[in-house]
Amino acid sequence: MTEQVLDLPLWAAIAVAIFLVLGALLTLIGTIGFLRLPTFYERLHAPTLGTSGGVGAILLASIIYFSVGTGRLVVHEILIGLFVSITTPVTFMLLARAALHRDRAEKDPDVPAKAPAK
Amino acid sequence: MSAIILFTAVSIAQLLLAVAMLIASMRIFVGPRAQDRIISLDTLYISAMLLLVTFSIGTGRTVYFEAALVIGLLGFVATLALAKFLMRGEVIE
Amino acid sequence: MLPYPILSICLALMWMLLNSFSLGHLLLGATVAIFSGWALASLRPDKPKLKKWYLLPKLFGLVFVDVIRSNIAVSWVLLQGKRRKDTSGFVLVPLKIEDPTALAVMAVILTATPGSAWLEYDSGDKTVLIHVLDLIDKEAWIANIKQRYEALLMEIFA
Repeated sequence: MTEQVLDLPLWAAIAVAIFLVLGALLTLIGTIGFLRLPTFYERLHAPTLGTSGGVGAILLASIIYFSVGTGRLVVHEILIGLFVSITTPVTFMLLARAALHRDRAEKDPDVPAKAPAK
Repeated sequence: MSAIILFTAVSIAQLLLAVAMLIASMRIFVGPRAQDRIISLDTLYISAMLLLVTFSIGTGRTVYFEAALVIGLLGFVATLALAKFLMRGEVIE
Repeated sequence: MLPYPILSICLALMWMLLNSFSLGHLLLGATVAIFSGWALASLRPDKPKLKKWYLLPKLFGLVFVDVIRSNIAVSWVLLQGKRRKDTSGFVLVPLKIEDPTALAVMAVILTATPGSAWLEYDSGDKTVLIHVLDLIDKEAWIANIKQRYEALLMEIFA
């Protein structure tokens, strides 16, 4: 399945390998925590491991691989990284507000009530 | 030597990401509430995007980046729309 | 000509990154950038006031270090699983920042770092509700947010 097109020196291959496995591992830990944590607001924290550390490490591996392999700086990945790191907080915030809104509508005792308007 | 290292690392990373996607889709079934399912959808597409990037490292081709970017864009819009629907569509009637 | 110069330059750069560099793509990218600047101008968003832009690298450095640190901390918490006591909780943080851009940047920073999530900002009494995964000392968290980020953001977006 994987054909090696680019030839890399050993140090670059090791760096790519480390960052690749590290990023995938962080993403996996995030999803495992996401499955195990008991309440919604705790679960909200788990996927951010994948979207910050996981995305960062894997894109760094990709930058090293293509930059060293082709001999010129390849920084497409920064676009993806920038995009993910700006958009995921937006979705998470909106989801958290939606969840708060729904829990308050059902008068869930674990959720802090809205502060009375002054 | 470096080819073997890269091949192993790419295979391991793909396996880990595939397991991550599997776990995220388990949460879609388990729920328990709509917001959990939407967050697991978010996690699922992020993992899929990362899987595409590892594919591009495995094959040495940059065409997968555009695909990853498109997944990111569409996933963002989709989860945003779903979250907005939760705020306005279901609770207040 | 260019109502939002920074946005237009960023768009042109992005066009160059996605396509290979050539004169044709430079012209095409510049055209797209200029027209999208005009399109945005017709929406009339508030212009963010960057007062001390040279402090931005400091902010990025701070966020970078914090993201790595909290990545390690949160993976440790998640790997402990059920053996660990439940220490998560809500914190209500009073804020002094009012500038919408500064608030948006702070919300993105807090949500992007694992372990803390921005839930709801109340513009009436200027407080924000934050959920923290590993909450041991409430006051320490509030002080941390106020000293590390709020002071810096208030300097940048005055």
